[in-house]
Amino acid sequence: MKYRSVFDIIGPVMIGPSSSHTAGAARIGRAARHLFGREPKYAHIHLYGSFAQTYKGHGTDVAIIGGLLDFDTDDTRISTSLEIAKEKEMDIHFYEEEANTDHPNTAKLIIGDDEGELELVGISIGGGKAEITELNGFELRLSGSHPAILLIHNDRYGAIASATSILAGHEINIGRMEVSRKAQGEQALMVIEVDQNIEDTVLNELERAEHIKQVARISD
Amino acid sequence: MFRNVAELVERAEKESISLSEVMIRQEMEVKQLTREKIFEQMERNLEVMEKAIEDGLKGVQSHSGLTGGDAVLIQNYMRDKEPLSGHLLMDAVSKAVATNEVNAAMGTICATPTAGSAGCVPGTLFAVKDKLNPTREQMIRYLFTSGAFGFVVANNASISGAAGGCQAEVGSAAGMAAAAIVEMAGGTPAQSAEAMAITLKNMLGLICDPVAGLVEVPCVKRNAMGASNAVVAADMALAGVTSRIPCDEVIDAMYKVGQRMPTAFRETAQGGLAATLTGKKLEAKIYGSPIDE
Repeated sequence: MKYRSVFDIIGPVMIGPSSSHTAGAARIGRAARHLFGREPKYAHIHLYGSFAQTYKGHGTDVAIIGGLLDFDTDDTRISTSLEIAKEKEMDIHFYEEEANTDHPNTAKLIIGDDEGELELVGISIGGGKAEITELNGFELRLSGSHPAILLIHNDRYGAIASATSILAGHEINIGRMEVSRKAQGEQALMVIEVDQNIEDTVLNELERAEHIKQVARISD
Repeated sequence: MFRNVAELVERAEKESISLSEVMIRQEMEVKQLTREKIFEQMERNLEVMEKAIEDGLKGVQSHSGLTGGDAVLIQNYMRDKEPLSGHLLMDAVSKAVATNEVNAAMGTICATPTAGSAGCVPGTLFAVKDKLNPTREQMIRYLFTSGAFGFVVANNASISGAAGGCQAEVGSAAGMAAAAIVEMAGGTPAQSAEAMAITLKNMLGLICDPVAGLVEVPCVKRNAMGASNAVVAADMALAGVTSRIPCDEVIDAMYKVGQRMPTAFRETAQGGLAATLTGKKLEAKIYGSPIDE
């Protein structure tokens, strides 16, 4: 089931005017920010479908940038996020794409700085709820509203066990999990949705685990 | 978890509890939280709704200038004259409008189920409140009942205008409100489902056609009419009127209509009222040029 909580329906509390184009878009931006782990220096934002057609009127642009600045859906600074980003000298570009996507509210974010880059595709599925469908070329399905851990790892036996045994050691329950890879024996991505936010100590331990190359988290 | 309205109603009847109670217990289970925590969170949502109505009734204006001030006009009219459709109905209308005017002005609202359809549930709640004198707990339960029906629609159909048109947004919101009114007024769980079905049946096919792509025209007034549909359908269900088509099948029909709805009528601002001469002129005035060129 796509929606699990009554607060996905009665909520979120948010700055208007559109749950899918403003709140959902902010959540996509914020998920990218959390996965990148720091404030990006630049952002290339590609908008598709209804996002591309109506983003100015709905404040989709200010919402995504607000999310990249780590603002929540009810943060009144969203309405001035473009100015705030400008003060911080964040280099921002928007592209209105014509290609048809599976979902009408789709955005592709390429964010980065001198240290690295992250490419993420997100969809806003309605009522302020968003999902991440692609990360650095890996296909996945991740709702931005649950705590989650993302692990880039080598596609080797034992990689999954080394991650899950660490979680078990910390008594962290896994709600949902998926693994995808680009090709056999190459890099793979593990997505683990959990019930509670992940502490730094757990994250550090995961980073040191065998076959694990990179770790990111999304907090509630 | 209940997967559809039939299961929701069945659980309430079998355990002799209200629909809101079914939703509350499920939420406690899913989130592993206490009843107090869940009530607290819903009460915060209620407070946001109350504040939005209060702000809207004082009068707000959107940045585009397309909407704002209608809630005040309606309240003034109600004060000076006896509304033909009755006080409660126009009160619900004015409070739904107030909420969506605040939303359009980039104020703070609670999505129910979406921002564009945020007026129906609180608008009806704060109008029916004056008649039924509910406790604060009953008002919070109103939101859980609405949420239970929205939960089914969101999982089995859609609550997104871009995916399913306005029927999925204001249609769902109005149906959710109708079901909640019935519970607050002392109706049965089955009557709540009938009220939802009757409402949604009459919203089928409603397109999403925002002028200039803004959640303003016709969204604000659609919430007004959604709220009034909800009140009327609740009264019909309380009178014992039933829907010939069961609620779950109406929801399924809404989903299928949404799937076959052309893109122009799904929040792209390319069809319907957005494509009228005046709609296009307003768009050009707001942006300097039309947005789809």
